[in-house]
Order: sequence, then structure tokens, then C-alpha cells
Amino acid sequence: MKWEIVIGLETHAQLSTASKMFSGASTVFGAAPNTQASGVDIALPGVLPVANRGAVERAIRFGLAVGGEKVINRRSVFARKNYFYPDLPKGYQISQYELPIVKGGEIRILTKSGEKAIRLTRAHLEEDAGKSLHEAFRDSSGIDLNRAGVPLLEIVSEPDMRSAEEAVAYARVLHALVRWIDICDGNMQEGSFRCDANVSVRRPGAPLGTRAEIKNLNSFRFLEHAIEFEAKRQIEILDDGGKIVQETRLYDPDRDETRGMRTKEEAHDYRYFPDPDLLPLEVSEKWIHEIKAKLPELPEAKRKRYGTDFKISPTVAIQLTASRDKAEFFERSARAADIIMFPAAPQDIAFTIVGELAGLLNEAGLEFSESPITSEQLAKLRRRVLDGSISSKSAKEVLAEMWVGKGDPDSIISAKGLKQISDRGEIEKIVDQVLAANAKQVEDYRAGKEKAFNSLVGQVMKATQGKANPAQVNEILKQRLAG
Amino acid sequence: MLNASLNELSAALAQKKISSAELTKLFLDRTARLNAALNAFITVETGKSLAQAHAADERIAKGDAKPLTGIPVAHKDIFVAKGWRTTCGSKMLSNFVSPYDAHVVERFNAAGAVILGKTNMDEFAMGSSSETSFYGPVKNPWNQERVPGGSSGGSTAAVAARMAPAATGTDTGGSIRQPASLSGVSGLKPTYGLVSRYGMIAFASSLDQGGPIAKSAEDLALLLNVMAGFDARDSTSVERAAEDYRRELDRPLAGLRVAVPREHFGGGLAADVGKAIEAALAQLEKLGAKRVSISLPNSGLSVPAYYVIAPAEASSNLSRFDGVRYGHRAKEYRDLADMYFRTRAEGFGAEVRRRILIGTYVLSHGYYDAYYLKAQKIRRLIADDFVAAFKQCDVIVGPTAPTVAFEIGAKAADPVQMYLNDIYTIPANLAGLPAMSIPCGFGKDDLPVGLHIVGNYFSEARMLNLAHQYQKATDWHQREPGGIQR
Repeated sequence: MKWEIVIGLETHAQLSTASKMFSGASTVFGAAPNTQASGVDIALPGVLPVANRGAVERAIRFGLAVGGEKVINRRSVFARKNYFYPDLPKGYQISQYELPIVKGGEIRILTKSGEKAIRLTRAHLEEDAGKSLHEAFRDSSGIDLNRAGVPLLEIVSEPDMRSAEEAVAYARVLHALVRWIDICDGNMQEGSFRCDANVSVRRPGAPLGTRAEIKNLNSFRFLEHAIEFEAKRQIEILDDGGKIVQETRLYDPDRDETRGMRTKEEAHDYRYFPDPDLLPLEVSEKWIHEIKAKLPELPEAKRKRYGTDFKISPTVAIQLTASRDKAEFFERSARAADIIMFPAAPQDIAFTIVGELAGLLNEAGLEFSESPITSEQLAKLRRRVLDGSISSKSAKEVLAEMWVGKGDPDSIISAKGLKQISDRGEIEKIVDQVLAANAKQVEDYRAGKEKAFNSLVGQVMKATQGKANPAQVNEILKQRLAG
Repeated sequence: MLNASLNELSAALAQKKISSAELTKLFLDRTARLNAALNAFITVETGKSLAQAHAADERIAKGDAKPLTGIPVAHKDIFVAKGWRTTCGSKMLSNFVSPYDAHVVERFNAAGAVILGKTNMDEFAMGSSSETSFYGPVKNPWNQERVPGGSSGGSTAAVAARMAPAATGTDTGGSIRQPASLSGVSGLKPTYGLVSRYGMIAFASSLDQGGPIAKSAEDLALLLNVMAGFDARDSTSVERAAEDYRRELDRPLAGLRVAVPREHFGGGLAADVGKAIEAALAQLEKLGAKRVSISLPNSGLSVPAYYVIAPAEASSNLSRFDGVRYGHRAKEYRDLADMYFRTRAEGFGAEVRRRILIGTYVLSHGYYDAYYLKAQKIRRLIADDFVAAFKQCDVIVGPTAPTVAFEIGAKAADPVQMYLNDIYTIPANLAGLPAMSIPCGFGKDDLPVGLHIVGNYFSEARMLNLAHQYQKATDWHQREPGGIQR
């Protein structure tokens, strides 16, 4: 019998506030150690936390995006998670435990096997810990508290994923979403978006198996590989009649494997209790409505709309909605297109955006908002292809010119003489001239030599310096030769 | 000058009868003479105090004086003050010099008051006798073999011995009122949230409240005017309009409903204390107050509930004292865990360690519901008792402590006996209500007895009114300890 892999993800998204969760210190990444740690962050005697309104607002934005008003807890409670570690200055982390700010919601993913909803258990606000630095010191460790107190939203999914592919699809949609609603910069190298994967295997229909938690996966590739390795490891153990131990594991990208972390002698008892320094977090209906009103159209809604309005396929729609920038670029281009004359224009534009343009931007490390080619210019270029003014091949050449800043596609087309001859009468005249001058090929063709046709096409193209519309040339030649 | 009220001192300064520097020096000299015997101060910095006094004198000369400008005030060593060593009575912070001011200290500094020094206290405010201080026990100025009460015993002893005209204290379960009672001075714990806790080293955050200690209710009102007020840095600080706590001082007491809880005259109350309280009640009736009887049925549960909640919060609040960033660190250790163990075992005294252990236990997995959650429910019941009671009365009065000051060492070995000293004061902390203690006579061995006054939320002005009217009719608050060299 086959094994089923069961995956749940816990994702830490760093909220994009200027100051920390409970102090006024800056959150900017990369400053010299301990230059962004206030008295609150280093836990001086007597200091007190004050919750960051911007962080709460971002958490509400997330809740609205994944489940609407009903998943926002009007009253949530900050709790202390107590444990000792040098990078945890207070000896406790302020988090939310029994009453998180977001309860429920879902993320919809698309994989080879179709669309699927991944349920969210909860999302709660908490503060990050500092960083222990072991390398640069001899016989001691350094502590950098710049990161201590940075606001995080921990997003916990239900164990609804059944493959590494689904887990990656979920993580990607979530990653796109937090950037979309502007609550997290999504920078995975800097740790702004990182996943812990809970992986277990079971026989289909059986209760959940014992899980291993793989910590701090900060790239989609690592996430995929770690899950694949871990599932394989667990299946091998079970196939051999062994048992899975519940544990925390780390993924080592260099060796592409997961390893158990040194097991602590005793289990942690975090002694959670409501933080008496912070009042319960009450959010008003008015505030929720204000936040909702400012929320941009969500990727999910956009994808649906692209399907109905523009007949864009779900696969392309997902790519177009990878970021707000990209979707907005597409929408501006589609608006600039003449969809009465050319109903397929939006699809054509979409292909160019997710294909050639995305490739160029990616290579240059640019966002869609930084594209040297404007959406209006792109729409115009594709229109010239659709109306037969230029060939698809010439379009590539024009795009390359536009990329280097040569501007308007029409001026590039005329400057480079790329305009096709699509005037039927003119092409007919040239075809007639070519036929008259190539009696032998005409004879050969009529005798059944197909190759002769290509030669005649070549002659017409040569006579027009390659500018004749090839489709029209073909059609007219066939018509004349048949007559 | 040593016996003068704050108003009198303020007038003397304004009329240039004395300068702030002279006044400050007067109290510093007295402190220098008496502190060896009483141990009321942990830190005195003559240079710093006099510098502030000179600045105050300039301010007075410029006509920019406020009511407290130039008046020296002693701060309990739980309030951090920039540039001052702030120990919280512990070895753990014996080397800690604060880089910032507590909100309360900021307020006094802005008012032009002079920091006279940092007063001794039970370690991390955990105690009812000021014996648990790493810096040695505080002696009661009325009898140096007795405790002054605690944990703000350094502040109450300093005011009682006229080493300071006024002082600050904090009250988590009675730590302003019980020592005020045992030391024969006046002390007020405001409504929870009225005085910012920013810079006040946390013991039990949901109970801690700073307040003033002085010789009279009138002085307390003046001090509270400076201390109270919203502070955005404390999320539990209450945002409400500033008020003048002196405004009702002169109101007659006629018609004031004064309630005595039946439960307050139970078995634990010493006869001498009971007698003084009865006499005080009679005096209040003479002043026109109407005596009513009420019941606080759940008040008996307050001590056990308190000794779950306060240690639970303390166990977490004191986790930051780990030897990593500041404060004491063990000299030798094998590894990180050993560094924590040794640092905290060396840095904390026995009572603090006991409460951390209790707090850790009651929050542990499997015990949380039975202890912490249940204690929170009891806390709610106790608060509800008061809500019901205040429908029938304006203030609740009774004894502050069950006995007069006890002998140093008498209860040190029996924590439960020590904890029971706060039986009358703890309910107000659990409910977040304002409460105060004023001298109301003397009991056994000529030791002072305190009258406990509990008011409804934010009724400080009315409570001070009652206390002031009582003090106008009596002179208990003006008595000073004999046997102290002048």
C-alpha cells in the first residue's frame, strides 16, 4: 500500500513596520550590531512594551485577505512565552497564545492536479528574538539584539498539503499575498519570510502519523527538497518497521538532508500566561471597515476576473498575479488594447508579459513598476502584430529596441523599416510580376513539385525586402497558381 | 523645617526664608546622622542632590517655581533614575546605574523637586518588613528593634524619622500602606493605572502601583498631583483629564457613608489595633460621617489568590535578570545553563527565590488551570464584592495591618505569618482600587496604628478629603518618634 505525505506549514512573515512590535526602535535590516536596540529591546529594568498599531493593522489586513471580517478576533490577547536564552532579553517572548488576532481563513493553490483550498488554523502577532553570533568570537558568543522585537505574523496552516509541490504552491501564494497586501517585503534571504514544515506520513485514511518539524526554511527550493527528503526518510523507517520520533529537524542545503537537532534533556514548558503589561487587544468594527476599504483587489479576485473578462487561463492568471506590480502592468496594457477589434489582445499581451517581458525584467533584476517598457507601449506593439503591421519575428526585434529605451514601437517600426506590406492590391501586383518572371517554377509547381512554391514565396519576399505579409503572400500565390 | 508640611516648605522657599540648597543639606545631614542606625537609604549622592537644589534655587529666583520646586523627595529604590544606582534592594542590581528616568522621577524632576536619595526596601518589593533587602533590614524609627513594615519601609522610615519631607513608594499587596501604618506616616496607593509604571521595576505588573508617602493627607494630595497622569509608554496607564487632588480637602464629612466590613474584625486582628480603629471610627462619626456595615464575602480568599498571581507574574518579570546584559553575573561557570543557575542563585535572596519558584510552579503545564486561572476567577469575585459594596457606601475603612510593628526577625522564618500581614491591604490591589493608610493612634508598646481607607475607582480626592478632615481633628500624624537624636 502507498504512503500519504501530510504537511502543515508555519510561516513567519516579518511585518513591514518602521518600528518594532513593542518599542520605537528601527527595524531596518543590516545595521551594525545592537545599534537598533532600545531600552525595551534590551529589557532594562522598568521598561514596558507598547503594541505597534501598524503591526496590528497589517495583521488585520492579512485576516481580511484570507477570510474576511469573520476571521478577525475582535479581542485577542498577548501572552508571554517563557524560556531562557541569551538572545531573548526579557526571558520571555511576547506572542499570542489562546486568543490570536486571526482565526481561520484559507489560501487557494493551483497544482498539476488542480485547484485546492488550504485551510489556515490561525495567524498571530509576536516579536522576533535577537541573534546569537558564534563564529566571530573565541570562547564566547556575541548577541545582536537589532532583530529582537521585530514584529512577526506567524501564519499556521492546517495539515492540508499532500506533497512538496502543494507545500511550495501554498508558500508561493502566501508569499505573493503578503507582498500584495503590503504587510511584508517577502525578502527570504534576509529572513523576512521563512517557513517551518511539519511533515508526517500515513496510510491514506489512517490517523495522522508522528510528525517532524523542519525549522527555518528560507527558500522555496529548500522547502521542496527538505519535505521530499524528510518524507522519504520517514517512509524508509516505517517500511523497515521502525517508528518516527517527534522532533525538530534542520535542513542542510549543502548535503540536501534533514538532521535531528540536539534533543534537549527535558521538554520545554513555556508557562504561557496573558502579558499583564499589555491590555487585551480590542479592534473596533470601525477600524476593521477602514482597513477593509483601503485593501487592494486581491489576487484571487483578479484571477477570477481575468478568466471571465479576458479568457485568461488559470495558469497564466496565477503568473500575472504573482505581484501587484505585474497584475497592474497587465491591466493597464489590456485597457490600452482595442478589444473590440482584437478580442484576443489581452491574452496575447498576457503571454508577452509572463514570457518575454518577465524574462527581461528578471534578468535585469527589475520589478514591473521599473520596466523601461510601459504598459501602453507594450499594448501598441502587440496591436501591430495583431493588425498585421509587423510579423511576430519583427515584434521581438522591436521589443528589444523598446527595452533599450528607443520608445514608441511605431517609430521603431518605421525607422527599421519593419512594416509589412499588407495591402492586397500591392502584394497581388508583385506576385503577378514574380509569376511572370519565373515561368519555370510555375511549371514545376503545377507538375507537382511542392518545393517550387517555397521558391516563389522567397522571390516575393525578396522583391518586397521581406516586408510582405507572409500569410497574405501564401494565400495570393495559391490562388493565382490554382487559377 | 523638619516637621514642616510641604506647603510650609514651599512658602519658606518662595519667601527666601531658606534656599533649596540649605533645605536639601538639612535633610542630607540628618540622613547622614541617622542612616547608620535606621538604614532607610541605600544610596545617597550629596553632589547630585545639591546640584538639583541649586538648579531649583535658580528656578525660584526666576519666579518659575511650581509647588514642589526645591523640595527634597526620597525615591524608593525601585524607581530608576538616570545616573543613579538603582538596586531594587537586590544584589542582582548592586552595580546597575540606570541610563533613564522612571516616569515618576521625570515628573518630580520636571516639578523641580530634588532627589534626596534612594530608599531601602524589601528585595524586588517582596516582603512586608523591609528585612529581605540585600542592603540589610530597615529599622523602625519608633523602636529600632522593630520592623518599619514593607516593602516601602525605607521610604516610610525616612519620612517618620524626618530624614525626608516626602517619599515615593510602590504597592503591590500593601507595600505603601502597611509600612505607612507600622511607621506612623500617611501613604496612598492610587487606582491602578493612575501613576505610570514606566521605570518602576516590575514585581507583579497587574498589581504594582506607585504612590506617595508623607506626613499628612494634604501633602499626599500635593505629591499625587505630580505623580498621576497618562503615560503612553505604559499600556496600562489610564488616559483621563488631570485633576487637582487637593480640591476636596476642605469639604465637610457630613453625610459621607463610611463602611466597615464585618470580615475585618475577625480573629486575626490584635485587640490594641482594634481599639484604635474603633476610636478613629467614632471620630469620623463625630465629624458627620455615617457608619454603615457591609460585607466583603470573598475577602478571605484574597491572600491565597494574591500569592498565586503575584509570584506568577514575578517569576516571569524577573527572568530578565540573567547576568547577560547588566547586573550581577557569577564569576565562574561551566556553560550557559550554569551561568544562569549561579547568577540567579547568587543574585537573588531567599524570599525572591521562593516566589520565583512558586510562580514558576503555578504557571506550569498541568497546574495553570488549578492555580493561576482559579486565582484570576477569585480576583474577579473580590472586585465584584467591592462593586456591590460601593453601592452602599462612599469609603471603606478598617485596620491597615492586623498588628503594630513586630520585632525584627520575628516572622522572617515563617513566610505565611509574614504574608498574613497584608490581609487587609491585598484586596484593594486585586481589585485595582485606591487605598491609603493614615496614623490613627498607638497600640501596644506605644507603636503606631494605621487606619485603612479604601475608595471607589478614581475617588482619591474624596479619600484625601476624609483623611484631611480626620487629621485636622486629630494630631496622630504630627507625632514623631521619640528617642531619635534631633
